[in-house]
Amino acid sequence: MLDAISAFLAQYGTLLLEGTRDTMIMTIVSTFFAYVLGLPLGVLLNITQPHGIWPKKWVNRVLGWIVNVGRSLPFIILMIAIMDFTKLIVGTKIGVRGAIVPLVVSAAPFIARMVETSLAEVDAGVVEAAQSMGASRLQIVRKVFLPEALPSLILGASISIITILAYTAIAGAVGAGGLGDLAIRYGYQRRVPSMLWTTTILIIVLVQAIQTLFSWLSTKMDKRLR
Amino acid sequence: MSKSIIQIEHLNKTFGEGPTAVHALEDINLDIREGEIFGIIGLSGAGKSTLVRCMNMLERPTSGAVIVDGKDMTKLKDKELRKARQDISMIFQSFNLLMQRNALDNICFPLELIGTKRSEAVARARELLKIVGLETREKAYPAQMSGGQKQRVAIARALATNPKVLLCDEATSALDPTTTLSILELLKDLNQKLGVTVVVITHQMHVIEEICHRVAILDSGVVAEQGEVSEIFSNPQTDIGRRLVYPNGVQIDQLPSSKVIRIAFNGGSSYEPLIASLAIDCGVKVNILGADTRNIDGKAFGTMLLGLPDDDFEANKALRYIQAQPDITVEEVPHNA
Repeated sequence: MLDAISAFLAQYGTLLLEGTRDTMIMTIVSTFFAYVLGLPLGVLLNITQPHGIWPKKWVNRVLGWIVNVGRSLPFIILMIAIMDFTKLIVGTKIGVRGAIVPLVVSAAPFIARMVETSLAEVDAGVVEAAQSMGASRLQIVRKVFLPEALPSLILGASISIITILAYTAIAGAVGAGGLGDLAIRYGYQRRVPSMLWTTTILIIVLVQAIQTLFSWLSTKMDKRLR
Repeated sequence: MSKSIIQIEHLNKTFGEGPTAVHALEDINLDIREGEIFGIIGLSGAGKSTLVRCMNMLERPTSGAVIVDGKDMTKLKDKELRKARQDISMIFQSFNLLMQRNALDNICFPLELIGTKRSEAVARARELLKIVGLETREKAYPAQMSGGQKQRVAIARALATNPKVLLCDEATSALDPTTTLSILELLKDLNQKLGVTVVVITHQMHVIEEICHRVAILDSGVVAEQGEVSEIFSNPQTDIGRRLVYPNGVQIDQLPSSKVIRIAFNGGSSYEPLIASLAIDCGVKVNILGADTRNIDGKAFGTMLLGLPDDDFEANKALRYIQAQPDITVEEVPHNA
């Protein structure tokens, strides 16, 4: 048994390490840029609503429409559809770098909706209190919406990260690298079941770790729970 | 008489348009004076919250003027309005504290908005915590505080920018009677010490009675009557006024006796022995026409409406007896009998 494991690791250990590293890089970098786009978009979606702090009917409709289109496209189709755009941005259509662009484009609308929902949980009375004190819209966003919604935003982030992690595995199908790529090339195409199982277990471990960390963080941050 | 701080002129507020439009407020005229505690009372849906929210433009009036400290709020531009709001603070029924900030940082919040230095803001917040009696709770988060404590923090926060006016929108409605009294005491105290004008919105007559100098009664979006609290209390002119002043729907013109007095219990002896001892000590029997009293820690608070005997001698005897009791105020209720 032990011999079998060490033989397996000798043969595939480096690949698995690189795959895990690539998956983590893709997930972290994509999540970061997806939030750079998705967070302001989510804030805008919330505040431009009819009863928001900056009601703008048409802005809200157009943004909502864009977000819905973004979310309607299956990731694998989106990835192929925007390949030329990807090349324009990062100079390549494939590999880890090539996967990051479609991951960001796909996750940003999803994150925008998550952020919008988190902000909706902030008590309207608190927002009104800030308005009654003469707070500007920007101050309300920075000092009321975001800090008050923080525990919910953190939980939302765990869902976003795990979704992006799952997408990286799909990206593996078109040569993005990472654990998904290994699972397809070795586990499926070369019929190495141990690779299929090992990559699956590694992904499960990553998901569990992310969820545990973020749930803990959210609870720790939330001053309502004392 | 001191000068006006809030003048409301021909204020109208309509929600919606066309046949389904709701006229929340119709031709409201009010003149609130600097340094007074002004009450606005009405039943649910009378429009009192809409009215107070028109004072700081949380609600935009459909027409009319709202002049606060000389400025017509309806004509201010966004930036000017935000500046003006620093002089008109507000507290709410649900406190509306920032749940992720502790007491101290909640009070610092309005100061942060105007760019006060952190050290100055903290010093001011500590000072205010002391004023509201919560100096030991500065690190407590709203979730760790009682309703009364939360409202005290909200009051401290409202006072941080030294406002001229404090608007209280049903500020005690979510609190128990004892806490309500302590918050009202605090408001009264702040009015006297800081000279801040207080506008109190409530559906509870005892709140008006406890702290207000003048009162306006709002009924279906219209000011039914307004004046000194003592005047309105002793002689309400309108149906809604009588309904609010006399407990449990007693109509003064339906009262059987010709002489009616209203007594208020201010936390002295319990009210039951009073009526019993009146019968025993004086031999006078009175009718209890209505009562809105509550027993707090064995003490009586509230009001009672008594019908005295028609016989003048008997009636005066009863009146003198009741007047001699501690912690009870008596007034005759004039009515056209």
